[in-house]
Amino acid sequence: MSAVLNDETKKVLVEPLVTNNPITLQVLGICSALAVTSQMSTSLIMALALTLVTAFSSAAISAIRNHIPSSIRIIVQMTIIASLVIVVDQILKAFAYDVSKQLSVFVGLIITNCIVMGRAEGYAMKNPPLESFMDGIGNGLGYSLILIIVAFFRETLGSGKLLGIEVFPLTKDGGWYDPNGLMLLPPSAFFIIGLIIWAVREFKPEQNEKVEFKIMAIAHGEGGHH
Amino acid sequence: MLNKETLNQYYEKFKIYRDKILALGNDSLEKTIAIALSLCLVCAVLVSFAAVALKPLQVNNKELDMKQNILDVAGLLEEGGDIDAAFAEKIEAKIVDLETGDYVDSINVSEYDQRKAAKDPLLSVAIPKEKDIAHIRFKAKYAKVFLVKENSAIKSIILPINGYGLWSTLYGFLSLDPDGQTVQSINFYDQAETPGLGGEVVNPNWRALWKGKKVYAETDQPSMEKGLITEADIGEPALSLIKGVVDNNKPGSQYQVDGLAGATLTSTGVTNLIRYWTSKEGFAPYLSKVRTVKGAKS
Repeated sequence: MSAVLNDETKKVLVEPLVTNNPITLQVLGICSALAVTSQMSTSLIMALALTLVTAFSSAAISAIRNHIPSSIRIIVQMTIIASLVIVVDQILKAFAYDVSKQLSVFVGLIITNCIVMGRAEGYAMKNPPLESFMDGIGNGLGYSLILIIVAFFRETLGSGKLLGIEVFPLTKDGGWYDPNGLMLLPPSAFFIIGLIIWAVREFKPEQNEKVEFKIMAIAHGEGGHH
Repeated sequence: MLNKETLNQYYEKFKIYRDKILALGNDSLEKTIAIALSLCLVCAVLVSFAAVALKPLQVNNKELDMKQNILDVAGLLEEGGDIDAAFAEKIEAKIVDLETGDYVDSINVSEYDQRKAAKDPLLSVAIPKEKDIAHIRFKAKYAKVFLVKENSAIKSIILPINGYGLWSTLYGFLSLDPDGQTVQSINFYDQAETPGLGGEVVNPNWRALWKGKKVYAETDQPSMEKGLITEADIGEPALSLIKGVVDNNKPGSQYQVDGLAGATLTSTGVTNLIRYWTSKEGFAPYLSKVRTVKGAKS
């Protein structure tokens, strides 16, 4: 096992979970994180689909990386990613029809997910296939982690359920919990992701960006032109 | 002709060309074109293979889903039961000419797809703007209705309905008693309204509120005294969703269903699509014929 999981593989597999998370640090793939997280079941399938697509597209792109003409580089990556996404979509329609109905267009939109493109262009173009595959898995898992956290809060607070099973009995069914309608709307995911980013940076201050401009008070008598 | 030897020769030739191309500079025109073409070829084969190989499963899923929805709205869906068998045994599909309200025998029932037909210029009609309250723009000339029969007497009439809500076109079924007037059930099998708000059109508790509601205005003294219904309204579609909760003791409550909380536009959309499909544009001609014939002719 140690031969397969060398230091580089371990790094690309573990780092994207927290230290270099695609959503919280790179702030990529936000669009689908807003759209599919109102339910845990759709989030899980989406996370699985994205992880597989990122891993296999990175591996495929990495395998032919030395022969990709730089002028059509992006379109080559897109073609590979799009083909894999269509295959995933077809498989979902055949084997998980209900979930594919709920995810509708969002499976197709994995094509435009910045994480997949970002890993292809940023990692797979420069590294061998196995590492690229692991990098795809790692980043997919990082994305999955955030999706699961967001979906957990949105589904429990928004509809009193988790994976469709009742957690809080709702007032309209005779229980005590009055669901928070905002949690079912996409903006709530913004708030939750924002809070997660805040929490992560509280524990890992090195993730804070350097201040590019500093607002300073102008000292008296010194103002004017420099 | 294509024996092993010739194939081998072709393969050798292919290898020479391949090596030549791979040896070219990455940015040369020839290599760019060769890479683009071969990549497209590989991807096209992969995608078409997946699409063709999985097609039967997908078609089967769709059909099963549709049958399940129809059984559900007919109140015949059993947990864990065999959907195909139940559907074949209890439900009969019929094609109806929307304009005349007569059954049409010249169209193959099992192959006719009303949703597809609504998009086919030959099989559909454009709805004039002032009449298009459901915002669907086109309707199929022929509708596919489903009948539940027991001892050759009709038990329920299941009508396909669709109309625009807030974000999406809602597709569903409305199941009526043989009187063509009393609602048995409603369900929406395809919609993309806001989950938790407009998406509650699929909530079983809300759907249960529809049972026993009346579609068309009847001569009804208390409602007429209150001015809720005038002479002119009688026989016209009257069912609508209201804001808040319906008080079942008040006159006119038989034409009212609770609106969806926090989803005014979806509720309006549902009212409009029910009114559209029960109007003369929709199933009114058919329902009046069913009522007079009492389902004897079928």
